[in-house]
Amino acid sequence: MEPTDAELIAAVLGGDPASFEPLVQKYLPRVFATARRYARRESEVEDIVQEVWLKSFQKLSSFRGDAPFEHWLMRLTVRTCYDFLRSHQRNRETAFTELTSTETDWLERFVTAPETATETAAGAKQLIDRILEQLSPSARLIITLLEIEERSVKEIAQITGWSVPLVKVRAFRARAEMRKLLAKLPREKYL
Amino acid sequence: MNQNELQRKLIAAAQAQPPGDQVPYAFDQRIMARLRSLTVPDPLTLWNRALWRAAVSCLGVVLLVAASSFLLPATRPATTAANATNPELSQQLETTLLANVDQPANSTEETW
Repeated sequence: MEPTDAELIAAVLGGDPASFEPLVQKYLPRVFATARRYARRESEVEDIVQEVWLKSFQKLSSFRGDAPFEHWLMRLTVRTCYDFLRSHQRNRETAFTELTSTETDWLERFVTAPETATETAAGAKQLIDRILEQLSPSARLIITLLEIEERSVKEIAQITGWSVPLVKVRAFRARAEMRKLLAKLPREKYL
Repeated sequence: MNQNELQRKLIAAAQAQPPGDQVPYAFDQRIMARLRSLTVPDPLTLWNRALWRAAVSCLGVVLLVAASSFLLPATRPATTAANATNPELSQQLETTLLANVDQPANSTEETW
């Protein structure tokens, strides 16, 4: 019978670091998937994931066990991703004239025949990734958690450590920021 | 262009095409190797830690001794008339030890 997460954690805290390996193997895919929402380059994703596991190992004694280990780990992952976004704030202002042909094709189809511009198209995915990259770190985090992952405000507050009112204020600002970005699309071409 | 509809479709695109959860080959072993390097401190680090702890302890002792020398009343030799009748223990001990030496040379009395 496989040991439970609680048993593995107790073993690690008891002085057996090797017991951490099954936890790493079990939750690595989930951590990678989360990190890939916030970083495009695979090298950056790997850095984030490594940082998450280092922190989780060092802070394991702070895990109280009143919630599943996965929840605690995901909170740590999201916060690490947010720290990454803040420390890697590049010049996010890239002009929409730099859209790829896939993106412009999809936009043109959306304007002329919206029913043909499907959500599964590559152009749509590229466009939303581009827009998310241009958001501020807090806006990107909120839009990802609230709109894309459809988490509740209370869940987001628990994950981020922000208060519920702060989450609501940041959600309001994030949506405004996103509307502003979408409005920057070349009006003379698509209106 | 209907911006609300555009935003809705783009969010739906992000939901429909979530990022992959594939793990690079042997990545878990890289993580464990990194964690193992954290748990095994090198001898120099151990010495460093021990010496710093010793230094802090010594500093604490020094501060305690300095504080006690300022705060505790110092014992002074009996110089006043009131204290003249109570000679110090050290003086009494000295007198006792040298009693035999201080006796006159022609004394025939044995002390034992």
